Amino acid sequence: MNSFIHRIEVHYNQDPRLKSRTDRIRSLGIPVGKLHLIDIYTIATSSRDFTYDELCRIGAQLINPVVQEYTVDAATEAVFDYAIEVGFLPGVTDNVGTTAKQTIEDYYSVRFLEGESVYSSQLFFVGGNISEDSLQKLAATLANPLVNRVHIRTYEEYKNKGMDPIVPHVRLHELPTAESVDLDLDDKDLASLGKEGIPDPQTGQRRGPLALDLPQLHAIRDYFSKKGRKPTDVELESLAQTWSEHCKHTIFASAMDDDIKKGLYKTFIQDATNKIRREKGDKDICVTVFTDNSGAIIFDDNYLVTHKVETHNSPSALDPFGGALTGIVGVNRDTIGFGLGAKPCLNCYGYCVGDPDSDPVLFRGKNKTNPILSPRQILDGVVRGVGVGGNCSGIPTPQGWCYFHDRYSGKPLVFAGTVGVMPLSHNGRKLFEKLAKPGDLIVMAGGRVGKDGIHGATFSSEALDPASPVTAVQIGDPITQKKLSDVIVKEARDLGLYHSITDNGAGGISCSVAEMAKECNGCHVFLAKVPLKYPGMAPWEIWISESQERMTLAIPHETLGEFMDLCRRREVEATVIGKFTDSGRCVVEYHGDIVMDVDLDFLHDGLPEKHLKTTGTQKMYPEPETECPAQLDQTILSMLQRKNICSKEFISTQYDHTVQGGHVLGPVQGTGRVQATASLTKVVLDSEKGVGLSQGIFPLYSEIDPYLMAAAAIDTAIRGLVAIGISLDKIALLDNFCWCSSDKPERLWQLKQAAQGCYDFATAFGTPFISGKDSMFNDFSGFDSDNNPVMISVPPTLLISSIGIHDDVAKAVSIDAKFEGDFVYIIGETFPELGGSEYFAFLNSTGKNVPKLDAIKAKSKYQNLTAAISKEIVASAYPVNHGGLAIALAKVAIAGRIGMEIVIPSSLRPDYFLFSESLGRFVVTVSKDHKKEFEKIMGSDAMLLGTVCGTALRISTQKIICDLPVEDLEIAYKSPFLGY
Amino acid sequence: MKTTIRSDKGPSGRTGKDDSSHPPQTDEKAIIMSGYGINSEMETQVAFRRAGMDSDIVHINDLIAGRRKLSQYRLLVFPGGFSYGDDTGAGNAYANRVRNNLWDDLERFLDNDNLVLGICNGFQILANLGLLPAFDKKYEREIALMPNRKGVLECRFATLKPASDNLFTRGIDRMYCPIAHGEGNFFCSPETLVRLKTKNMIAFQYCRDDLSPANGEYPYNPNGSTEDIAGITSEDGKVLGLMPHPERAMNFTNLYDWPYQKERMKRQGKKLPQESLNMQFFKNIVGYFC
Repeated sequence: MNSFIHRIEVHYNQDPRLKSRTDRIRSLGIPVGKLHLIDIYTIATSSRDFTYDELCRIGAQLINPVVQEYTVDAATEAVFDYAIEVGFLPGVTDNVGTTAKQTIEDYYSVRFLEGESVYSSQLFFVGGNISEDSLQKLAATLANPLVNRVHIRTYEEYKNKGMDPIVPHVRLHELPTAESVDLDLDDKDLASLGKEGIPDPQTGQRRGPLALDLPQLHAIRDYFSKKGRKPTDVELESLAQTWSEHCKHTIFASAMDDDIKKGLYKTFIQDATNKIRREKGDKDICVTVFTDNSGAIIFDDNYLVTHKVETHNSPSALDPFGGALTGIVGVNRDTIGFGLGAKPCLNCYGYCVGDPDSDPVLFRGKNKTNPILSPRQILDGVVRGVGVGGNCSGIPTPQGWCYFHDRYSGKPLVFAGTVGVMPLSHNGRKLFEKLAKPGDLIVMAGGRVGKDGIHGATFSSEALDPASPVTAVQIGDPITQKKLSDVIVKEARDLGLYHSITDNGAGGISCSVAEMAKECNGCHVFLAKVPLKYPGMAPWEIWISESQERMTLAIPHETLGEFMDLCRRREVEATVIGKFTDSGRCVVEYHGDIVMDVDLDFLHDGLPEKHLKTTGTQKMYPEPETECPAQLDQTILSMLQRKNICSKEFISTQYDHTVQGGHVLGPVQGTGRVQATASLTKVVLDSEKGVGLSQGIFPLYSEIDPYLMAAAAIDTAIRGLVAIGISLDKIALLDNFCWCSSDKPERLWQLKQAAQGCYDFATAFGTPFISGKDSMFNDFSGFDSDNNPVMISVPPTLLISSIGIHDDVAKAVSIDAKFEGDFVYIIGETFPELGGSEYFAFLNSTGKNVPKLDAIKAKSKYQNLTAAISKEIVASAYPVNHGGLAIALAKVAIAGRIGMEIVIPSSLRPDYFLFSESLGRFVVTVSKDHKKEFEKIMGSDAMLLGTVCGTALRISTQKIICDLPVEDLEIAYKSPFLGY
Repeated sequence: MKTTIRSDKGPSGRTGKDDSSHPPQTDEKAIIMSGYGINSEMETQVAFRRAGMDSDIVHINDLIAGRRKLSQYRLLVFPGGFSYGDDTGAGNAYANRVRNNLWDDLERFLDNDNLVLGICNGFQILANLGLLPAFDKKYEREIALMPNRKGVLECRFATLKPASDNLFTRGIDRMYCPIAHGEGNFFCSPETLVRLKTKNMIAFQYCRDDLSPANGEYPYNPNGSTEDIAGITSEDGKVLGLMPHPERAMNFTNLYDWPYQKERMKRQGKKLPQESLNMQFFKNIVGYFC
């Protein structure tokens, strides 16, 4: 208990934050009047007290006196109607509090003891005649009940006593010992053990899902009965982590039907890469694929670049900010944990969420308990989370997208990716290889371990249901990780201080240490040495906790001292927690007791094999029956306003995309500021080369034809890079499957089709997969307000991300039309392929003709365009995608703020021609001087559509069907998210 | 919203001098601070190297521990970043760490013929240290870089013009470079503002593409800064802080509108520059030591 509690309240004289905050709250339909914002620091100590004068000096350190004032142990005076204080629940990461603590420690040269701390909270004074209902709604927008506490007082209550100082101190009364678990149960009880978790010996309460099925539990029971003992909870939890869908990708690894004996992953992803690498021979760009934390390709003679894209869906559904933040800083560690440590140099993102203008009323529990967050809250939170993660870490985020569909309302998808850069070698040592040796010490560096994130890995393998534990929520601390990242990739790596490194992600040290132990064949861990955030954690919790910002290293005795000294000087906590061995076993000790002793072979390979069956389900959706409108002006404006087409620039501009100094082509381009489909960045400043990033995703195609859906995603990801001038042979791909109900044979059939598509089109283009991830159960199951069960499954979603090396960034091409008189071409043929298109969705229809792809034809087109761009005869290029040609033309015109005169052939219905999403197409503009040369290179692949001219986009067949000022197009394109 | 069909002169209309001439080179060294979430030290080092000055990136803790000495350097740079995650006010916690541990060394450094530069987070640190504006060499806080008017971090290119002729701005008629900050909204009292003006301490202001004043209008003035102030010097002219990042747009191809400018220049038969107009800023600083 803290004996001394003091409260410092800070407020601005004129708060610049208020206008935007008030506007935002009002935009959510809450009629607030005047708003005031107070930042609170609650200082809780037990070993020493601070005098009033000392507290005043502390207050002075926490403000800028030019614009702020503070009070010490006195309520801030103001007039209002309600005071709402929002703080953190016990154990939630409090970065502001930690910084304040460090400032005080530094100022007084003291150290806060265990249990002493500074806690931050925010106090909102709200004026206006607000109903109880609105007040609750306001509180819900300011606080998430899973991580925040909220206290509300009326002005009268506040006037007399202010707010109570609250110390969210963690108190645990658990017996910190390991328990043995009885697996000699009947199958029913065994199944519920797997599904709901180990029962607590005292309370009988289940600890949370192990997500182990019966065959797996039987295998574990057999293993331990041979050993002649029961497993401990540490062992069982550890096996559950290592065998989880998240870690072992069982569905992708298992045999399927009669034809996929090696499983989808080996057959369609890995073998595609193997085939491509063989065929490319000397021109192979791959360095490390699939085996490390990220995939890597050659950048130039001296450097490689890595890429990895992760998903963080379930945590983002519960706490969008924390979930997304953890997602991005987590994938940053996949970069730092590549080889001996690559420097994170680019972030990218993708969000699939429900329509933010909808507000589905759904609950995780019966009787209106545990409501889901609205799509708007989820969007706001994930946008902010990835932003804070990237911005605070100094990693530019130049590329990403946002896709809306009602089927993402139950569970959003949050994709977060990171590119790293690393020299191929340093002092003759290959930096992309690593090997822990027997005798090396196991060192954990970075943050401390708390209960946060326990059961995170198993949790994402289960559909979200009422039993979802709130400990699955965690908030990242990007600055702690930045310090860790800097000490690794900017100092320790090149000093050669360690043999191996990996990230602590899903499963915490239970997975990272056991994974590294494969390199030397054994490990012995002393769990009691692991530094904790608070006392009272059980050994199984320490072992599997997913507390953030941690890496595990293998360090030889000779360099241990230097490493530890370096970490101390950089204020990075590093602790020896065991050593690597060659015993063939993973041994964990806790205060002298062996709490885990499992053969590595069993741990990694004891998982029983599965054989999955699929059932074909080709669905047929009718084509719409509407006629083509005579005039398409209004249709084009409406299409531009569709959320999947319009500008989401508010995201691009709140993400720093220029840090590290390599910006070449950013997220928005042209004077009209249109969001581009690909970015280009120099990651080695003195090189002429650059790294291009793009992505492709077509969830609406999945239910019609998952095979062609994969084709569209792959083609689009590649085409984005070709459009900026990157050659096909310098492009690699990453796959992220986010499926639903993957225990159903129909869904598995769709998965198999999509995976087959990945193989066929990646090999046709010669673009290898270098990394991937899958998330198989993106289903929400809950209740509506009448207690009717509701299940919402995401559409089967495949994100293909592309990374490519641009040979000379000065030859790159942007999307904006440049000059009056330039010629406008379309490259590639247009077919009536509108199944799953934005146009059919606009017509409330699905349709049946998903775009087909002739990859051989496409490949030669792309090679020709690359040749034209490298000759610098292309003024602009834009890859046609969602919304088709009309949208592409509009975007190119808006970006250049210049009109176009376009004539389209009359072979096809004009609206179908303009909105078809046929693949393999670009809109390109070319100057008069280069017309001939361009047409010679492109041959029949390029069709002249018209010229850049005037101030309107005018499209005609025999007659004018669209005549819109570019200004109007721009207003439509930018209007939907103006208030964000 | 008004659509302007663009003139030939875009925001970066002047694209910098011919870079065939060799920059001046100095034997003096710069110290570039790092640690606790500062993140732009590497590109800042590249900028000074290209401008002709070598530098050491030094973690603040190595300076505190005495492993490096401030006195070995002539230029002190606080680069951009997110020190302490902007907690307790951007730049404030890092400034506290400097003040609580390095103040005497810093004061000595300022008394000698040295320069100090703060970019973005560095400017916020200098403001909280009171190194700016430092009227009468009194190191008190008199300016603030408050949260942006829009309430979120803003990353975009901004056009700047020098507001006074000093060693940092000499020969520059515009800069065009990214801003990326959540707290860059310059504020000071009316009295302080008058002093800044009369003593010609306003170094850079945000402006429109044609160099006319932004007059507070978003996005030309991206954060709501008083008088469109993007950067100021100290009274003695030896310390400069600015929010925008010239080190992030050193090359022509770093500029937001370079693809357009490239097409324009190509069609006019002009040679494309390698370097951007922003490099003059770093050359000016290096020139002080030559």
